[in-house]
Amino acid sequence: MRRSLATSQGLRGPNLGRVLLALALMVGVLAQLLPAAMQSVAAQDDEIIVGLITKTETNPFFVKMKEGAQQAADAAGVKLMTAAGQFDADNASQVTAIENMVTAGAKGILITPGDTKAIVPAIEKARAAGVLVIALDTPTEPMDATDALFATDNFKAGLLIGEYAKASMGDTVPVIATIDGSTGVSVSVLRHNGFLAGFGPAADAAATPSAADSVFVADSRVVCSQDADGDQALSQTAMENCLQKSGDINLVYTINEPAARGAYTALKAAGKENDVLIVSIDGGCTGVEAVKDGQIAATSQQYPLKMAQMGVDAVVKFAKTGEKPSGYTDTGVTLITDKPMPGIDSKDTTFGLENCWG
Amino acid sequence: MSDTTSNPTPVLEARGLVKRYGHVTALDGADFALYPSEILAIIGDNGAGKSTLIKALSGAITPDEGEILLDGQSVRFRGPLDARRHGIETVYQDLAVAPALDIAENIFLGREIRLAGPLGFAFRMLDKRRMRREASDHMRDLNIGIRSMRQAVETLSGGQRQGVAVARAAAFARHVVIMDEPTAALGVKESHMVLGLIRQVRDRGLPVILISHNMPQVFDVADRVHIQRLGKRVAVVEPRNFKMSDAVAIMTGAMAGEAISRG
Amino acid sequence: MGDASIVAERSAGPATAEGRTPVSLAALLANLGPLLALLLAMAFFASRSDRFLTGANLSLVIQQSMVVGVLAIGQTLIILTAGIDLSCGAIMALGGVVMARLAVINGVHPILAIALGVLTGAAFGALNGVLVTNIQLPPFIVTLGTLNIAFAITHIYSQNQTITNVPAALTFFGNTFRVGSTAITYGTVLMFVLFGLTWFVLRYTAFGRHVYAVGNNPEAVRLAGININLLLLLVYTAAGLLYGIASLLSVARTGVGDPNAGQTDNLASITAVVLGGTSLFGGRGKVLGTLVGVLIVGVFRNGLQLIGVESVYQVLVTGILVILAVTVDQFARRRQQ
Repeated sequence: MRRSLATSQGLRGPNLGRVLLALALMVGVLAQLLPAAMQSVAAQDDEIIVGLITKTETNPFFVKMKEGAQQAADAAGVKLMTAAGQFDADNASQVTAIENMVTAGAKGILITPGDTKAIVPAIEKARAAGVLVIALDTPTEPMDATDALFATDNFKAGLLIGEYAKASMGDTVPVIATIDGSTGVSVSVLRHNGFLAGFGPAADAAATPSAADSVFVADSRVVCSQDADGDQALSQTAMENCLQKSGDINLVYTINEPAARGAYTALKAAGKENDVLIVSIDGGCTGVEAVKDGQIAATSQQYPLKMAQMGVDAVVKFAKTGEKPSGYTDTGVTLITDKPMPGIDSKDTTFGLENCWG
Repeated sequence: MSDTTSNPTPVLEARGLVKRYGHVTALDGADFALYPSEILAIIGDNGAGKSTLIKALSGAITPDEGEILLDGQSVRFRGPLDARRHGIETVYQDLAVAPALDIAENIFLGREIRLAGPLGFAFRMLDKRRMRREASDHMRDLNIGIRSMRQAVETLSGGQRQGVAVARAAAFARHVVIMDEPTAALGVKESHMVLGLIRQVRDRGLPVILISHNMPQVFDVADRVHIQRLGKRVAVVEPRNFKMSDAVAIMTGAMAGEAISRG
Repeated sequence: MGDASIVAERSAGPATAEGRTPVSLAALLANLGPLLALLLAMAFFASRSDRFLTGANLSLVIQQSMVVGVLAIGQTLIILTAGIDLSCGAIMALGGVVMARLAVINGVHPILAIALGVLTGAAFGALNGVLVTNIQLPPFIVTLGTLNIAFAITHIYSQNQTITNVPAALTFFGNTFRVGSTAITYGTVLMFVLFGLTWFVLRYTAFGRHVYAVGNNPEAVRLAGININLLLLLVYTAAGLLYGIASLLSVARTGVGDPNAGQTDNLASITAVVLGGTSLFGGRGKVLGTLVGVLIVGVFRNGLQLIGVESVYQVLVTGILVILAVTVDQFARRRQQ
């Protein structure tokens, strides 16, 4: 009976030996991995700990940011502790990371908030516990929830490519598609509105968009706006759908370069890649390569490595002197293109590749 | 024990049952009678209406015509649960037990006993101790030697599991236990044990209806054999003075059954 | 008569009610393995960081586990019936947004807003239950569908906006009280109460035993005259109610109504259930094991952070532990058959 039940389910009893072998293998793997991962473990009480919390582990932007932080931490002889969300707006994981870092005794925490509003209560608790909190890349809402912000001026990043696009298009009537990031995240709004401001207001516009606008400013020339999370595959789909909506699109703004590549793929499939101008933001190495190849006309390059280095240095300074940074520090942005336009400041892709991230 | 002539009132009786499924007539005026303290086997070829008859007797279907009497009273079952409420319990071939639950929990599955007082009333708390004690009594009544009622059923052999099912049926049946191919999933040795259990149930005074394809088993354990053919009862024979080969001949239509039928 | 008595092969002797159950090594491992893993992990981290084994830190670990913990209670109930629920995190996010928006934007009394948020969870659970029982769809597919439905409704209803400045009643369970020098969150107390309550129901009520039985052998449950559809409907609704309570804990913990909450919590809760030794095949497992499973994940997350290991290694460790737990479960099951 027991045998018939087992065979009827297609099961064969495993032997204990095999199970134990598998167990031993797993323990072996762990034993190999953990020590390697723990080179700089075991904080001494007097050691300065700097925490870095990024949106995700995988985005090259954050990889570069971590690299910059590690370099600065090594140079200053302090310990860097890192954590990240599992997806872009993973607030719960970031809250947990803040709590753990405070418990671990971090002097300061550098964070790129995944959800700019939701993270605020956790940051307030950390600051109440005497920890310096600096936002990198993305401001919290309200911005003064952190001690300081080290970031690209995202409105300016949008403005630069907007101005470039205007100069490049000349008198052509613009039919614009925008591939945006998560709506409600301030970076997305600032870049989008900066782009429109740089491009110049439409004839029927009430006013030029400004950095104070908290939502996408309506613009009659934008025929299609899609939220694709800055993801290449989602952006490709979004662009395909935009082309269904209007085949006359001749200018595409994308929130970042993966989105630009996704849009380019969709345009190429539709045979329109040479008729449409794509402008983007980020300055990642593959993004600058895409500019060099002519897929993207121009991109605004930002500097995550610098943000992180400045952040770590600020925490070290705070730990040693008690001096806190405050307000907003612009970490700079540069327009990268191989087709410069008269009257628009830009650098070529050779400069872009020397300074790119990812 | 199987001397039914001294007891004229059947425990469970059916008269002229008819059940049609579209153009197919599964029961065509079938009669049936089960007397106290007997094991009555039902045999019949495929399509003879055996399982339809059992479904009618256990409340799983309602016959189109005819009458069912329990202890001489006309009854109408509205479903298997209704038949159970009338004291008719069924044991199935496919070991209808929950393997991870223990023996006591299986015996009382769906009929759990709650604690007396507020714990049982307000918190719906079960009287596990009492259920184990009663389960143990039921198992002992059938001479099923299992040490602990807290033992998960999955740790038992197939025969022991069927023993749990039989004990459950015997514990709650007030009138009749129906055994639907109870040994079909078991090996020879364990089938033998279950046949022993069937005798035990009968010896405790509960009549048993046994449905089986296994002729040697039927002739080993049954007091009487109801032979079903073409939707009707064609004969009832007593194994002690009837040849198995003749019963098979009646079942397949090679021999007329009416001559020896007791009606 | 001699051949009529079935003598137990492994445990001969007279039937008694309260004898000891025979226990195999595999079953013992399946029962005590999770607790052992938790204690070993704690010992390891205590030896590597003097900050780990403090009241404040352990209280923090539990607090960080409370949302997934309560979700995992509902998940345990469903997995015990041989089902699975992919929608729990999405339902939780919806409940949280509902209560936060009602209270903050519509000015509904906070207590009523909480009740409506929790009821939203229960209603979605009931929807899962109806689809699983009445339309007889597989739980995996049903909850994959309601995962997306709840996610979309959350984002449509919230207009993708995180709701801040929620009234104090919504964050009550994030407040703390002190035992000695250790601050304990009210939410963790609620989590422990819910685990205790579920443990009692599963172990000491007929409903609880039927939950195991239906995951074990639904046919046996049906033949025993139990209304399986009603039973499953109750299980899914109870799970939804628990997700609604998790909504409240999530709002309390983060202080906001977050439409992006819980996106990975379905897998996190399934992980906790599996780590706790509950079988994905249904009918076997313990809700207190799930508590241990949740704490294992929490301890690794916190401990690895404290000793400075990158968080990606936590994912690696969790993966290995899941495989281990399932292996032990398979082994225990096959031995018993």
